[in-house]
Amino acid sequence: MTPNPAPVTLSIRNLTIEYQAKRGKVQAVRQINLDVRRSEALALIGESGSGKTTIGLGIVRLLVSTAQITSGEMIFRRFDANGKVEKEFDIRKLSPEQMRSFRWKDCAMVFQAALNAFNPVLKIRDQFADTARAHGYLQGAALKKRAYELFGLVRLDPERVWNSYPHELSGGMRQRVLIALGLLLDAPMLILDEPTTALDILTQRNIMDVLKDLRDRLRFSLVFISHDLSLAAELADRIATVYAGRIVEIGNVYDTFQNPQHPYTIGLMKAVPTLTAHRDNVSSIPGSPPDLIDMPTGCKFHPRCPLAVEKCRKEEPTLVPTTSPEHLAACWRWMEAKQTLMPASAPSDSPETSRSQP
Amino acid sequence: MTQPLIELKNVSRRFQVKRNTFITAVSDVSLQIAPGEVVCLVGESGCGKTTTGKMIAGLLAPSEGQILFEGQDVTGLKGAAWERYRLGVQMVHQDPYASLNPTQTIFDILAAPLQRHRALRGADLRAGVVDVLESVDLTPAVDFLDKFPHQLSGGQRQRVSVARALTVNPKFIIADEAVSMVDVSIRISLLNTLLQLKERNGLAVLFITHDLALAKYFAWEGRVGVMYLGKLAEIAPARQLVEAPQHPYTRVLLSAIPEADPERTRHKQRIELRSMDVPSLLRLPSGCAFHPRCPFYMGDVCKTSVPALTLRGDQTWVSCHLPPSA
Repeated sequence: MTPNPAPVTLSIRNLTIEYQAKRGKVQAVRQINLDVRRSEALALIGESGSGKTTIGLGIVRLLVSTAQITSGEMIFRRFDANGKVEKEFDIRKLSPEQMRSFRWKDCAMVFQAALNAFNPVLKIRDQFADTARAHGYLQGAALKKRAYELFGLVRLDPERVWNSYPHELSGGMRQRVLIALGLLLDAPMLILDEPTTALDILTQRNIMDVLKDLRDRLRFSLVFISHDLSLAAELADRIATVYAGRIVEIGNVYDTFQNPQHPYTIGLMKAVPTLTAHRDNVSSIPGSPPDLIDMPTGCKFHPRCPLAVEKCRKEEPTLVPTTSPEHLAACWRWMEAKQTLMPASAPSDSPETSRSQP
Repeated sequence: MTQPLIELKNVSRRFQVKRNTFITAVSDVSLQIAPGEVVCLVGESGCGKTTTGKMIAGLLAPSEGQILFEGQDVTGLKGAAWERYRLGVQMVHQDPYASLNPTQTIFDILAAPLQRHRALRGADLRAGVVDVLESVDLTPAVDFLDKFPHQLSGGQRQRVSVARALTVNPKFIIADEAVSMVDVSIRISLLNTLLQLKERNGLAVLFITHDLALAKYFAWEGRVGVMYLGKLAEIAPARQLVEAPQHPYTRVLLSAIPEADPERTRHKQRIELRSMDVPSLLRLPSGCAFHPRCPFYMGDVCKTSVPALTLRGDQTWVSCHLPPSA
């Protein structure tokens, strides 16, 4: 990380989002602080139900009606060509009209199920025209020219895609069309929810390459939500681990993988078998994710944490700087975590492929 | 080799999609699985891995070829012999939210097969249910008896699925993407439970997945087969397959998988395909089905003749025209 990190595009402070359920309030996001910097790729990593998708939906304010943002602010900054702040506003304070313009122009989101995001009876060209019209953007030949450019960037055959219906395209193609659509208005920030989940390996690879390439060319900020650590390793500049509605660790991608500080991040890394890992270095995290309605006291990870002590059961830790000021973790025992839980033989410490066992 | 538990002899399966149009989901697959062996089938969606699993479980009949269970062709089996085969081969499905009856308690779900097939009643029945629950590490078992599936987490539900398969003392379990809907942090413990059961009961397991890293973990001592468009491209001992892949398709797949290590994954050498388009099963390419995409395409041989699955080295079977050294 450079000593002077890039300016912040989105600054989330103290954000809390709750869902109203029959049994009580689901605390999906709890007092989160998070900065998304200009042109960076930030990965939100966590299990299902950890609140990572809710954060994404909260940013574009597309939460279901049972959800409520109960506190916090989300300051968004748009920069001009010289990198000066052009405008600055709190997303929570936007009127519905302003919000609509914000959604595609400042921040676009690509949802998880790529088929459901399209209107099945409209051709791709009409979906583009719809979006463009709603935002007072180019129409007709000019729109087509712009769309063809974007299809080129996401490695699609424009002729074929432009006149197709969504069902005529494969999952990977639909995902790429959605990414192209997200980029239509040159939004400086793009949120992707599980961009490669449910796609085949080779299609996943293609999407990853497309995203890398797009970021090199267009320099937008990318927030992607995933449970897949290797996707984060491949694409992210920074990684935020989300657990029980909180960010429990955040740091530079290299630093996080080499020196994970939070026991949950370490647990996740050990829980996912990789091609090179030895079988003995893989292990599950005991227990299961907490019930977000009736959460444990203190640190929400303590019932599953091998390092938990009395303090962990009583007091919830907040994010504090660990090995570097840029690498934060919310754990009382982060200083011991890595050496206790990840002895030297751990997978990420052996660069060469694992030797076969006798 | 001792008699295989399951043997597939040139098995194909066609599905009718229109009046005169068929697709061949599985084409000429031969495979032997020994008692107690672990085999993983890996491939992209539509490669025929699930169809293969269903045929082995007796849920689909092969269009051509034979499936042998302990040496007996299963197609003609009737009565007691058919029942013995169906009980011997059990399946664990992908989606534990769909495969358990939501109106029955865990006790009901597990008691039914015990009553029907092991004639347990009363206290014995209860003990039997507790027993299978404990064998899949759902403890204390009594806490689960009166629960409904919706009260359990995904991982626990999938364990109930496994427990249900175990009620009839099978010799062979087919797990079709059995952990893909379970949270990443607890996948491994579920797989470990399956592996322990395999050790304890001498079960053979066919594990169907699209995740090669998971396949390597699960079949550490066993074999992994890679399927492409209905055919076995390569089958080899798991670690060998991952560390020294032979078939171009396996090599492409392995090179495409990202690693959970930024340093390594960003410098990993990739093998590019010649084409990103997956051929339709309706219009399979001639010769080797992989030839339009194969980065090592050699010309006419690949285009015109179908490569046979041949033995290379000790236990590696590959269907490719490419000489082994390349």
